[in-house]
Amino acid sequence: MNGTVRELLRRIGLAVFVSAVLGFFALPLLWLAFAPFDANPGISASLPEFTLHNFRVLLDNPYALASLRNSVLLAAGTAALVVTTASLAAYALSRVRVPGRDLLLYVLLLLSSIITGTAAMVPVFLLAFNLHLIDSRLGVILVLTGGLLPAAIFLLKDFTDATPTSYEEAARVFGASPLQVLRHVVLPVIRPGLATVAVWTVAQVWGDFLMPFLLLRNPDKAPASVIMYTFYTEGGQPDLPLISTFSLLYSLPVVLMYLFVSRRYGFRFHGGIKR
Amino acid sequence: MAPPTSPRADLAPAAAPFFEGDAAGLGRGRAAAFVAPALVLVAVFLVFPALWTLYLGTTDYRLTGVAASEPRFVGTDNYRTVLGDGDFHRSLWLTLQFVLGSAVIGQTVLGFSIAWVMRDRPGPVRRLVEGLVLLAWILPSSVIAFLWIALLDRDGGTLNAVLGTPGTAWLLDHPMACVVVFNVWRGTAFSMMLYGAALGNVPPSHLETARLAGASTWQTLRDAVFPRIRGHLLTSLLLVSLWTFNDFTPFLITAGGPDGRSEIMSVYVYRTALGDGRLGFGAAISLIMILINLVIALLYLRALRDRGRARTAEPGGAEAGAARGAAA
Repeated sequence: MNGTVRELLRRIGLAVFVSAVLGFFALPLLWLAFAPFDANPGISASLPEFTLHNFRVLLDNPYALASLRNSVLLAAGTAALVVTTASLAAYALSRVRVPGRDLLLYVLLLLSSIITGTAAMVPVFLLAFNLHLIDSRLGVILVLTGGLLPAAIFLLKDFTDATPTSYEEAARVFGASPLQVLRHVVLPVIRPGLATVAVWTVAQVWGDFLMPFLLLRNPDKAPASVIMYTFYTEGGQPDLPLISTFSLLYSLPVVLMYLFVSRRYGFRFHGGIKR
Repeated sequence: MAPPTSPRADLAPAAAPFFEGDAAGLGRGRAAAFVAPALVLVAVFLVFPALWTLYLGTTDYRLTGVAASEPRFVGTDNYRTVLGDGDFHRSLWLTLQFVLGSAVIGQTVLGFSIAWVMRDRPGPVRRLVEGLVLLAWILPSSVIAFLWIALLDRDGGTLNAVLGTPGTAWLLDHPMACVVVFNVWRGTAFSMMLYGAALGNVPPSHLETARLAGASTWQTLRDAVFPRIRGHLLTSLLLVSLWTFNDFTPFLITAGGPDGRSEIMSVYVYRTALGDGRLGFGAAISLIMILINLVIALLYLRALRDRGRARTAEPGGAEAGAARGAAA
């Protein structure tokens, strides 16, 4: 008797907990899903009145699409630079025994976790200022690359360490140069590692706000994360139809990327993919 | 398998000279050339800023308009000002609330609870819950911030409609609470996944024994679960704290306001250094942030090492992927 009551209470408690969690997480996401198609987003009491008008408004905005293009440029540029330099470094560090290598990696990793964008915003800003990299997309790419590289090298070195050296040795026996070995033997083998690092980098850069906010002045160059905050109506209120529509468009790539990765490789931890 | 004398030299005289441990035949010079680009980028954009902060913090460097003044050495003046500064004390206290409230209590407790409740329940509800929590994690932070601004809006905000509290200006009245809840919402996924993996390593027989002995949930957790995942709890707590401490996204919701009531340390650095142009002063606070980061990161790496040891000592212990991923 007592046992069944306890069991019942437990089940009710469980149901309440799960519903609360569902509500807490679903509410903002539902808003994101519906507001772009709503003629009057923000007025919660009214039922959504379906419209595609908001997307037309978005297309007419001079900065919206350009900022998404800027986000693509920043993410692709950083990913290309990170993957190229990290794979070269990781390969050499994995295959050649350099004295103090492990200490170097350890110190780099420690540095990258304590010198974060927020803790280093003053020197990073001044550095960009002195190198004439203010208002330059390249400046943002370089700064972000510097911060992401230690973790990327660490991840890729793990992948490289796990691949046997026998293929490379075989290729060398046939007279391949180290660069040829790298291109034709090593890169194909560590491709999953490269993909992981590339996706991780893109995810980091795509959502990053602070660095472009600090280093870019011209709204023509601002990525989506920054430009969202310029969408105000003439009355000084946030332009809800525009922002919600833009949010949806801006979120889609990372959601699709996530679905692709989790389908293809299974979603696992690789450096806490988000931050 | 390997012959006593290497045949490579005879077969491939063109191959680069190699030395001990050089499996790829790169040679020291080429190896250095491979590492150099990455090392230069890290040196210029990560190591140098860190060292520069040390110096900048001892100057009265100022930014006025578009030009910067000549920095003048002022020794420990900035640090003395900071330690006596009421705004700094407030930001320290708010940061503590932010880290303890959202990372330590919020994300850890909620993340663990979800992982615990969902541990052996495959099915649509679990997929839905985990999918939503993950979605909250992967969305760009600007979008998440905006969603919460819209939700919390005084007039049209859905939260007031749901809670039946029309006209409550949450962001004005309780800015810090809003920021904490917002951060729990966006960050819980990491803890949830990590604890989900950790719980997979608690032998089912332990839970079964506890159940048969009539142990309450709390007793089961205390005696059978927590001792086995203590390493995971500790490392993820430290890692999440490190991230939260350095988070700038609250700026997107409240910009530190109203009246600095949600001005955590990252936002405080931004306001003093780049808002007011007091670069030297801001650098001094940055250095304090870096030192706090250093303490958390060292504790984290130590906890990770201990966990690695515990794992080798006890085969089939903790999960490797999560540990490594977390390290990066």
